Amino acid sequence: MLEIKNLTKTFYKGTVNERTALDNISLSLKDGDFVTVIGGNGAGKSTLLNAIAGVWQPCSGSIKLGGKELVGLPEHKRAKYLGRVFQDPMMGTAPDMMIEENLAIAARRGKCRNLKWMIGKIEREDYRELLKILELGLEDRLSSKVGLLSGGQRQALTLLMAAMKTPKLLMLDEHTAALDPKTAAKVLELSDMIIQENSLTALMVTHNMKEAIKHGNRLIMMDSGKIVLDIEGDEKKALTVEELIARFTAKSGESFAGDRALLG
Amino acid sequence: MTAFLESLLRALPGSAAQGLIWGIMAIGVYVTYRMLDYADLTVDGSIATGGAVCVMLILGGVNPWFALVAAFAAGAIAGLVTGLLHAVFGIPPILSGILSQLALYSVNMRILGKSNQAVSVDKYSLILSSRENMHAVLICAVAIAVLIGILYWFFGTEMGSAIRATGSNPNMSRSQGINTNRMKILGLSISNGLVGLSGGLLAQYSGAADVKMGQGAIVIGLAAVIIGQVIFGKLFRNTAIKFLSVVFGAILYYIVISIVVRLGLSPTDLKMFSAILVALFLALPSIKESIKSAKMMRQGKNA
Ligand SMILES: Nc1ncnc2c1ncn2[C@@H]1O[C@H](COP(=O)(O)OP(=O)(O)OP(=O)(O)O)[C@@H](O)[C@H]1O
Ligand SMILES: [Mg+2]
Repeated sequence: MLEIKNLTKTFYKGTVNERTALDNISLSLKDGDFVTVIGGNGAGKSTLLNAIAGVWQPCSGSIKLGGKELVGLPEHKRAKYLGRVFQDPMMGTAPDMMIEENLAIAARRGKCRNLKWMIGKIEREDYRELLKILELGLEDRLSSKVGLLSGGQRQALTLLMAAMKTPKLLMLDEHTAALDPKTAAKVLELSDMIIQENSLTALMVTHNMKEAIKHGNRLIMMDSGKIVLDIEGDEKKALTVEELIARFTAKSGESFAGDRALLG
Repeated sequence: MTAFLESLLRALPGSAAQGLIWGIMAIGVYVTYRMLDYADLTVDGSIATGGAVCVMLILGGVNPWFALVAAFAAGAIAGLVTGLLHAVFGIPPILSGILSQLALYSVNMRILGKSNQAVSVDKYSLILSSRENMHAVLICAVAIAVLIGILYWFFGTEMGSAIRATGSNPNMSRSQGINTNRMKILGLSISNGLVGLSGGLLAQYSGAADVKMGQGAIVIGLAAVIIGQVIFGKLFRNTAIKFLSVVFGAILYYIVISIVVRLGLSPTDLKMFSAILVALFLALPSIKESIKSAKMMRQGKNA
């Protein structure tokens, strides 16, 4: 499904601030793979997702999705194939627009936007039904501005929007990190449900090892722009946090002591 | 006192007519400043371009209504250029507007052939004129009603909503497949088209086009947008009515101007007055906030 080959991204190349955020990464995902991605701050997790989404073009390498080369395509053209929830809850929705308008915009991802009136009665009812699965009461607030919602409500809405037009690849970037534990658990559960029901191929970044082990069928760990661990199948099912730490330490020769967040 | 009020009352239709004409320009400013989150300074130039194109076409024998359509088109092209400077060449919003504005001065001079061209209402069948203010008010009111209707429809369509989304959150827009560059260009074109149209109306109203007619226009536009928002913003949420509140803002601005002029403010001091007025309205939210927190402090001490 997703085929990444020798992907490299260096920021501020040729300056004192030069920083290789992705270092010759290769990764191959099968149809229906649900991969959790862990790694410390600055490991390059978000950068990997940005590279796939096309926020900028990589320095070298190739990214194929369903056989189609993405490198070279601008971000808005790749959007057709991708669903995305950002690390920052403010980033995935338009705050000045209503809940129903945000949904209507997501419903047209990958389609030509022309001079048709955007929201009709039927569509509004569809959105109401859709919002009910969030159990946040948003179905009664269709015409509220999204800017008035809490971070958790927004993240849940963004998740819904990302999955609305079944994407070839769903990318979740620590999408529950900024939320309180209860909301986080709910949004996570919802993500699981959406991925399962639609048999989506997904990449989910998280800082929480337990979460990473519990969800998905495959786990990769990143460090300094490289993929240092890749565990799947039964091996992944049997994985424990202690073992994961041990394996990382053996691989990189570093200890986790400094990385509080990763142990979460 | 009664003499003052009488003269004010007599000036009211004129203020209303000017407010309505500038209101169309203010709607254009609203589209960029509020919807697209783009501080576009092209306006000062494109309003004169609209006026110049309109006057020259009428002098050349073109129907004044059609000349207005051309004024819209000319303004839209100016906006297009600003949009291209920003979207294609990555020039920051403010600077791209300033560059267009600068270039438009020369363009407008070329169109007019000299700095001022008169078009007499006696010789040509103009749509409106400052000689008949009531008639001008009526024409402009109808024109604005039609324009707001069209804009309300447009910004509710898939394309119009994509423009609004671009202004609200460009990141989200791109991740939802919206070509944000194209939407900015489109929004700037529509905005400056409206500004050009308002320039065309203004030229017919005042019977002349002048290269300097747009000087400070952006301030008037912002004044209208901000006054409209501060006074009527709380009342309305509907997009169409927001456009209307911008027009009310423009009318209010002209009424205030005609009052201070009658009170003896010299025309050269008017720009200073406008600047202070806009600054005041812009500062209003934060002034309110500090008054509120001062009150809270006092209450806290007393408790
Ligand atoms: N747009 C950018 N410009 C410059 N440097 C960047 C940019 N994006 C990322 N980087 C750098 O790339 C490195 C990897 O960043 P990235 O955001 O991918 O980390 P991460 O693994 O997502 O970390 P976190 O867990 O904190 O979100 C960092 O050193 C960061 O400073
Ligand atoms: Mg990150």
